[in-house]
Amino acid sequence: MLTGEDFSARGPAAAIDCLRALQKERGYISDETLAEAAAILQMPVAVLDEVATFYNLIFREPVGKNVILLCDSAVCWMLGREALQSRIFERLGIAPGETTADGQYTLLPVVCLGACDRAPVLLVGETLHGHLDAAGVNKLLDGAA
Amino acid sequence: MQLVLTKNIDGGGKRVDFAAYARSGGYEAVRKVVGKLAPADVVQVVADSGLAGCGGGGFPTGRKWQAMPSRAARPGPRYFIVNADEMEPGTFKDRYLMEGDPHQLLEGIVLAAYAVEADEAYIFVRGEYFQAIAALEAAIAEAQAAGVLGGLTIHVHAGVGRYICGEETALLNSLEGKRAIPRAKPPLPQVSGLFGCPTIVNNVETVCNVPHIVRHGAEWFRGLGVGDEAGTKIFGVSGRVNRPGVYELPMGTSLRVLIEEFAGGMRDGFQLRAVLPGGASTGFLGVEKLDTPMSVAGMAAAGSRLGTGNVMVLDDKTCPVGFIRNLQHFFAQESCGWCAPCRDGLPWVDQILAAMETGQGRQSDLAVLADMPGRMGPGKTFCGLAPGAMASLETGLKMFAQDFTRHVQERVCAWA
Ligand SMILES: Cc1cc2nc3c(=O)[nH]c(=O)nc-3n(C[C@H](O)[C@H](O)[C@H](O)COP(=O)(O)O)c2cc1C
Ligand code: FES
Repeated sequence: MLTGEDFSARGPAAAIDCLRALQKERGYISDETLAEAAAILQMPVAVLDEVATFYNLIFREPVGKNVILLCDSAVCWMLGREALQSRIFERLGIAPGETTADGQYTLLPVVCLGACDRAPVLLVGETLHGHLDAAGVNKLLDGAA
Repeated sequence: MQLVLTKNIDGGGKRVDFAAYARSGGYEAVRKVVGKLAPADVVQVVADSGLAGCGGGGFPTGRKWQAMPSRAARPGPRYFIVNADEMEPGTFKDRYLMEGDPHQLLEGIVLAAYAVEADEAYIFVRGEYFQAIAALEAAIAEAQAAGVLGGLTIHVHAGVGRYICGEETALLNSLEGKRAIPRAKPPLPQVSGLFGCPTIVNNVETVCNVPHIVRHGAEWFRGLGVGDEAGTKIFGVSGRVNRPGVYELPMGTSLRVLIEEFAGGMRDGFQLRAVLPGGASTGFLGVEKLDTPMSVAGMAAAGSRLGTGNVMVLDDKTCPVGFIRNLQHFFAQESCGWCAPCRDGLPWVDQILAAMETGQGRQSDLAVLADMPGRMGPGKTFCGLAPGAMASLETGLKMFAQDFTRHVQERVCAWA
């Protein structure tokens, strides 16, 4: 990534890099953060929001401390990703798109994570977990808690 | 079996570092070529090698590079871009190459940028590939310290997720900080690409082949394939096989050899029903096509496409209607919304299939579905996303006609 770079020097072309960097720092892009970014990039807020809302991984709403990205594409579907989703719901009480009341976890569906040979898979934060089943989800949540 | 692209990779997820890469002959091609051979000569070697793009289109790489105007003809900034978006369901080869041997990709970039006279390079990698991003950044730092990048700047751009970013002109818009919406062609990116400057976009695997071609020559590379097509190919197999994974084999290896010998055949209790030979954007092939060579021409002759060469295996215990619904849902969700047939047509397909799955399908829906490929196939939409979606729908409707009819008539999924 273009870390440490002065986004303002690149103007609107740096929009995605800038949003990604801010989100990494703050968890999500609030209206205030969006306005701040627009000022840095010297572009209208509405135009930047058009970019922000286009992409799956720019969050315009608050997310939990740990974002779980559960693959919902074909190979993971075939090999049992529904069971993972059910177990996550049983354990954390969240369906896709929801965040736990304590703000610890958000569950989001994601397209094929490019790890179909380890299906079904999910990402917690930056770590990929493969070959999972419901028991594996338990282990994962117990370990992380 | 000669391994070329994966010979340094142990599969355990550890990255080959600069020293290990150099020991295996790495960066030899850079020393041999940069400043010694004319850029046009490097382009010629790649053209002679028969290297074809591994991103799904199979376009000859040499021809793509030849369309780049010379620096004399077009002074100013020029870009070389690696497409590492890899969001096509069923595809996991580029991740393997980047996590395992990132220097191989960097060496390919240095050579390719030299050949097309680019002074800046980008690797557009999907943001969820954290390990690959870390491997690339570490490798770039090592290569810079060792002085092998010359004057070339290589940026790693982490994407923020949309399948359409993999379409090369949408990728350019995304790199410019905009919505990833495809651009009209012509002009080709070689003429007007990133920020309007001459630009080449190549897939990770394509670029990884370049150092080996430069080092060992075009003839050697041609000899690696088992049929008319050149090189080795990074195949992948997923689904209910015994050993799902990445397999580097000669271009033209048959589907049967790949699935039965290398992926270890089907798991106990499951039978192979059909395959998507090259990712979600390719058409189904049945068991009777297993002896087809995995090559661009071979797969086309069999009625499908080589695509990314990563095979998804559908077994006899999985509902094909549900499988196809999952694929169509993906395409509907990922449509960028720019052109009407794709924006409105794909969600329509998705809704019909969703209804069928829950027993709400009607007989007339089957005719509506069968009509869709003619409206969203090649040439009917702005880019290749919807035609890719139509490949599995069109072939699936024919191959699994009975399953579709049963869903509609019995109003239940037999697999549920
Ligand atoms: C919807 C869509 C998604 C694509 N995704 C990718 C991708 O993730 N990676 C890739 O290399 N090519 C992808 N392509 C193909 C690219 O447009 C382009 O042809 C390719 O990057 C060229 O590289 P190559 O000639 O080395 O194969 C996609 C095409 C379409 C239409
Ligand atoms: S389908 Fe889930 S990782 Fe590919």
